Amino acid sequence: MHTPSFGRGLRALSLLSVVLLIGAFSMVFFYAPNDADQGFIQKIFYVHVPVAIVALLGFIAGGIYGALYLWRGRRADDLRSYVAIHQAVILGVAALVTGSIWARASWGHWWVWDEPTLVSFLVVFLLFACYWPLRFSLEDPERQARFAAVFAVIAGAFVPINFMAVRLAQSYAPHPKVFMATGGGMPTSMFVTFLLCLLAVAVLAVTLWKYELTSKHATMRVRQLKRRLSADSSGTTVGRSAAPQQI
Amino acid sequence: MALIRKDFRLELRTRESVPAMLLFSISTFVLFHFGLDRDALSGDLAAGVLWVTLLFAAVLGINRLFVSEREEGGFDGFLLAPVDRTSMLVAKATVLFTFLVVVELGVVPAFTLLLLDPPLWPALPELLVVLLLADAGIAVVGTLVAALAVQTRARELIGPLLTLPLLVPLLTAAAQATAPLFDEAGALPAPGSWLGVLGLYDVVFGLVAYAVFDFLLED
Amino acid sequence: MDAKAAADSAIELDGLGRRYGERDVLTGVTLSVPMGSTLAVFGSNGAGKTTLLRILATLLRPHAGRVRVLGSELPKESWALRGRVGLLAHEPMLYRELTARENLLFHARLHGVGEERVSALLERVGLGRRAEEAVATLSRGMTQRVAICRVALPEPELLLLDEPLANLDPGASAAIEPLIGRETGSTRVVVSHDIDQGLSEADHVLGLRDGKAAVLAPAAEVTRAQIAELYR
Repeated sequence: MHTPSFGRGLRALSLLSVVLLIGAFSMVFFYAPNDADQGFIQKIFYVHVPVAIVALLGFIAGGIYGALYLWRGRRADDLRSYVAIHQAVILGVAALVTGSIWARASWGHWWVWDEPTLVSFLVVFLLFACYWPLRFSLEDPERQARFAAVFAVIAGAFVPINFMAVRLAQSYAPHPKVFMATGGGMPTSMFVTFLLCLLAVAVLAVTLWKYELTSKHATMRVRQLKRRLSADSSGTTVGRSAAPQQI
Repeated sequence: MALIRKDFRLELRTRESVPAMLLFSISTFVLFHFGLDRDALSGDLAAGVLWVTLLFAAVLGINRLFVSEREEGGFDGFLLAPVDRTSMLVAKATVLFTFLVVVELGVVPAFTLLLLDPPLWPALPELLVVLLLADAGIAVVGTLVAALAVQTRARELIGPLLTLPLLVPLLTAAAQATAPLFDEAGALPAPGSWLGVLGLYDVVFGLVAYAVFDFLLED
Repeated sequence: MDAKAAADSAIELDGLGRRYGERDVLTGVTLSVPMGSTLAVFGSNGAGKTTLLRILATLLRPHAGRVRVLGSELPKESWALRGRVGLLAHEPMLYRELTARENLLFHARLHGVGEERVSALLERVGLGRRAEEAVATLSRGMTQRVAICRVALPEPELLLLDEPLANLDPGASAAIEPLIGRETGSTRVVVSHDIDQGLSEADHVLGLRDGKAAVLAPAAEVTRAQIAELYR
């Protein structure tokens, strides 16, 4: 059987993400200038935008691993897809919260419907939040993995379509695209800081992804060994779970 | 095609989906009348009410789409036959599409009668285009979600839960394209970019459905 | 097993295994069924009989071992078996709201079989009069007869029968014999709980216990007690 080692390079990655995060945050606070219009609060974008971008990439990665699972049939890809979507949903919460804080500070409302990026993000987030109820209501682990992969592919394809439609819907209302337009009109110092933040968050996400993979894999191995030790060939029944139980 | 004929015959015999969808839509119009406290609607409000109603009605049909297959062993009977599996997708999407069109034949006049302020006639040709494009998208996505949900324990929950977010772009595009048609000052042309989005939605999800549908049938 | 014997086998299993989650439903089932013979399968509930039939019908994919059915390797070449394998399961695979005839016509179209065969089959099992009634209104025995017609419709080369005589009176058993019995000449795998009946029409016997082959021998060498032991 194909047994991957998820833990490889984890130490180096952990160190790298710590260094990058410290570097990124020092640049945010000590290097990048305060925004002329919005002042200090604008700095939340150094967290908000990278987190949101990485969350979306995580969703798409979940879809790609889902497709790989359907294609190659390796359970490890199901686990990768599951963990990617799991991480992306957590990052998604962070993105929604930080976005909301910024909206409150700059427009006086916690939620703004004519911010298309925010709205499409919410829709994508809601769709992927259905991943757990879907997995949980499928009992046969094989079917669970296969259907979850199909869902991940559909939802992954949905991400770009949705962004396009919602963006087009609000094209009449001009709104501040702070970083989205490849740094147009932004001072270089801000842009460099932003890029470093994006890199730091991306590396952090990959690190956490690998951590969760390793941990889930270790749990599976421990359960397998326990079963072998208790010499119970029929197998202890595992309770229903949304997470993959074996690879 | 045998699959499609079988489904139409089943629907004629049981009258399960289409009448329910129709009744549900008209009840929803009454709800909107009281909820919004308005006697007549126009512009984007009219478009929004019509499309939200149609989507909810579609969810009812989607929930029932594969139930006879699942409960009566139709999936196995189909899989044992020397028939391409994609034909199940095509057949079911065609059936759902037809149900939607039949429902709309009742719903659109009812909407005009009950809630719509401006006259329907000048808007009708373009409204038909929007309806058909949107129905195609609902049919494809609905078939996919129905096949996914019908095998789960909580299928009457999972179905709507997945359908609604997936149909948000379609609803956005359809409502935006319909709004000018219901303009108080007389029907304006439907914006082509929205029709484009609807068409793109249909094509992309058509391809996705074609690619993944087989995996929902095998075990 | 030499190459010639392999070519004459309708079913060839080598170490077949199937899991449900982490539980093994079938493990290491190895056997071969010659063309045109009948294999009787015995075993208590949950021994893996239904799973075995569904794997042979290509409805479930094997997790371990080699499976060859009618010369096709499963699951890779399962498409080549569509329409050549008939499965009679516990559920009749009929739409309850449609009539017996409509159900059979539907399957006839799927399998590319002519309509006159539907009428002939309905007549044969004594359903001529009640063919226009919805399946939901038919008794269990009647429904079973319709289901048998459905299986026999495309004249499959391999018949997988899960308790084919369930709910049938003796008269009906005789009527269906030419459809799914030995005289069809098809290879047959028959799951049965009636030990005497099962043994009498079998060439080979497979007894399953906890997903493993506990008994595997020509029918002539198997005693009634050996089979009864499986249900203990």
